[in-house]
Amino acid sequence: MRLIMNRLFIIASTFAAMVGLFFLGWILFTLCAKGITGLSLKVFTNDLINGGLRNVMVGQLIISGMATVIGIPVGVLAGIYLQEYGGESKTTEFIRDLSDVMMSAPSIVVGTFVYAIVVIPTGHTSGWAGVLALFILMVPIIVRTTDDMLKLVPIELREAGMAIGASKYHVTMNIVIRYAKAGILTGILLAFARVVGETAPLLYTSGSTEFWSTDLTSTFPSLTVSIYNLATMPDEEMVQLGWTGAFLLTMMVLIINLIGRYASNKKRS
Amino acid sequence: MKNMLDVQNLTFTYNGAPAPSLEKINLPVQKHKVTALIGPSGCGKSTLLRAMNRIHDLYPGHKYEGEINLLDRDEKVYTNILSLKKEADMINLRQRVGMIFQKPTPFPMTIFENIAYGLRLSGVKKKADINNVVEKSLRDAALWDEAKDRLSDDARGLSGGQQQRLCIARAIALKPEVILFDEPTSALDPISTLAIEEMISVLREQYSICIVTHNMQQAARISDYTGFMYLGKMIEFDATDNIFMKPSVKQTEDYISGRFG
Amino acid sequence: MERLFKKLTQMSAGLLFVILAATTIVLYLSAKPAIEQFGVNFLFESRWGVEEQQAVPARALDVENLEARSSDESFIEEDEDFIDDDEDFVTDDDFESDEGSSNIVYGALVPIVGTIFSTLIAMLFSIPIAMGIAVFLAEIAHGSIAKPIGIAIELLASIPSIIYGMWGLFYFGPFIANIFGGNTVSLLVAGLVLGVMVIPFMAALSRDAISTVPEMLKESAYAMGATKLEVIKDVVFPYAKSGIIGSVILSFGRAMGETMAVAFVIGGVYQFVGSVTDPTNSIPVVLANSFAESSGLSLSVLFYLALILFMMSFLVIAVAKHYFLRRKK
Repeated sequence: MRLIMNRLFIIASTFAAMVGLFFLGWILFTLCAKGITGLSLKVFTNDLINGGLRNVMVGQLIISGMATVIGIPVGVLAGIYLQEYGGESKTTEFIRDLSDVMMSAPSIVVGTFVYAIVVIPTGHTSGWAGVLALFILMVPIIVRTTDDMLKLVPIELREAGMAIGASKYHVTMNIVIRYAKAGILTGILLAFARVVGETAPLLYTSGSTEFWSTDLTSTFPSLTVSIYNLATMPDEEMVQLGWTGAFLLTMMVLIINLIGRYASNKKRS
Repeated sequence: MKNMLDVQNLTFTYNGAPAPSLEKINLPVQKHKVTALIGPSGCGKSTLLRAMNRIHDLYPGHKYEGEINLLDRDEKVYTNILSLKKEADMINLRQRVGMIFQKPTPFPMTIFENIAYGLRLSGVKKKADINNVVEKSLRDAALWDEAKDRLSDDARGLSGGQQQRLCIARAIALKPEVILFDEPTSALDPISTLAIEEMISVLREQYSICIVTHNMQQAARISDYTGFMYLGKMIEFDATDNIFMKPSVKQTEDYISGRFG
Repeated sequence: MERLFKKLTQMSAGLLFVILAATTIVLYLSAKPAIEQFGVNFLFESRWGVEEQQAVPARALDVENLEARSSDESFIEEDEDFIDDDEDFVTDDDFESDEGSSNIVYGALVPIVGTIFSTLIAMLFSIPIAMGIAVFLAEIAHGSIAKPIGIAIELLASIPSIIYGMWGLFYFGPFIANIFGGNTVSLLVAGLVLGVMVIPFMAALSRDAISTVPEMLKESAYAMGATKLEVIKDVVFPYAKSGIIGSVILSFGRAMGETMAVAFVIGGVYQFVGSVTDPTNSIPVVLANSFAESSGLSLSVLFYLALILFMMSFLVIAVAKHYFLRRKK
């Protein structure tokens, strides 16, 4: 009897796994099928106004890249503080918890916040507003991974550094960070992958535009926001372009994730 | 029929390994005696022990050659447990051959439930029966006095030594015929170690015991027979006194006197 | 240098607090007009953008007075009618400016209910499947299968949520509508799409929790003759319980704040569902759709909504962290 229950359970669990994988496979399949059919050179050479995605793809990368550039120093430094200077104090724990809270906060709320402090005062959407929104989303992720990676550095390494008379600054930057470098970089990469696919925080901070632009002070092209607009248009061609954009976005995110995994596995072996 | 369990010519290769970890091992485990396995790290003593309740086969793909014969309950016939395939047989085997692990492993349940668990699995339902067996097991494991007022506390609140005694109580609740101990005191302090060694000495009256230990003095203290292993082979097997006082093989003597390992 | 470096790291860490505090404060301040206008009743009011009836009787009353007055005047002098007519206009305008723009009522009840119920549906759907996947990966599948599927699940968890929304709108919505009848955009579709989105997230977290169970503990149970089901039920789950529940709660928080997966398929309609297959609304969707066209009080109302959502998800995460997810020191 016990064996029968056991068998049933294993079957049920496997079945549930299959169902889950089925749905996810369905999504990927439709994405690829619809996305690939829309692929053409035009997508990469034309801007949205001309039926391509060039400006929005570049725009998305610029916004995300900018957010990363500002986010890396803040996030890594904060992570260093937590692990190297913070110790076991309640404040440190508190900030760690804060970081986790921010990581799980709804991204649209972040967009709302940035709308209030940037878009309303300036009177219009802008690339910088989008950068700020993505920055806020990114920093907690980088803080957490830096914190975790630094935690893995053996304490003997730090002690050895101090023992030859190096200052804490030197020990941290030259020894500890170097040891944890691969892990931290992977964390940054994964954080980038996470925000580059975000739509909600950009909806009314950077908005999107059909024109080529590199001017972050005004409405800025965004791939994700464009996909949202395109998919809900009555024009069949526009919807198709939306699918193509979605496909390209997903490929980009998956590839970055794969690179990140590969790099971190390599380090481990 | 003085052997409860008899390992004959056992060669064992881990899944995917290039060479066997055990080569042509012979080991008798006599009834109501303590048989110890000693040897340096990596010699295969734990591997041998874990073959005796086929716990290796939780991870499929290993290769066995030879036999491990277990005396049937009617005490008349031996069955080669390496030939068992069905899960029901495996379950039955493990209820007859119990195992205590290196680190205490209390289940995430109360003290009472830890011991009752195996009983319930094997079909014991009546509350009175379960209560009786739990008490007897705790007494035999020298834990009753310390635990009797805390039976519904979480088992993880016990000290290391107490937890290991709990695991022993848990194993003997099923009334196995053989108990396998895999370095049971290596994670414990000296006082708990002594307590468990004393318990093992007493347990042999009811059970047949095989214990793996990296502590030679422990083997000398509590076992009747000792097998010295090295690099997957059984180098020498004899009465404990002989092994430690007049070993026949030089390698044994070298190990005993601390020249290597 | 040493001190400068330390200061820099301290400031960076402090920045986290500043951002969080600033968000709360800014949201609150922006929401204040709406909070003052509607108070706590906002949470229980289901009308949105509907004009209040109360303002009308007051106006009617005084218009009557005015008409009475003007008709009186008309007895005296005819040209004074014109003056009085003008004054009628003036007085009417005065009335409207006294009322301000506050004769439109907003209420968050529909989006709140939509958010909660779509998340609940998502949980009901995703928990068994995600748990099945987690157990399958951690305990049942052979290593050679478990590893690639595990990686696949983690990669799937990184797919941008807008993809789920599009798939939901064009494929899954119609599919569900075929089975259950009703609309292709509805609470049910939104809940299920959310559920599918959350599955890889929950499965990965739960699988991580389950794999923290020590091998030796499981072997102990097997060594007593337990079956796999028994080991999972009696040893693995209790041991990993806090991590698993934590992953469920975190997934709940994630689903609650999700915008894009839901925006396509919930309908964006401010009405309660008669049945699950009717369209409705959720807080993130309202926020996504309404900002561009709002100003003044209606804008403040949106901030009020955002504040509510922020509080809700904050609460969920705090509970998850405090009770279930203590980070290993």
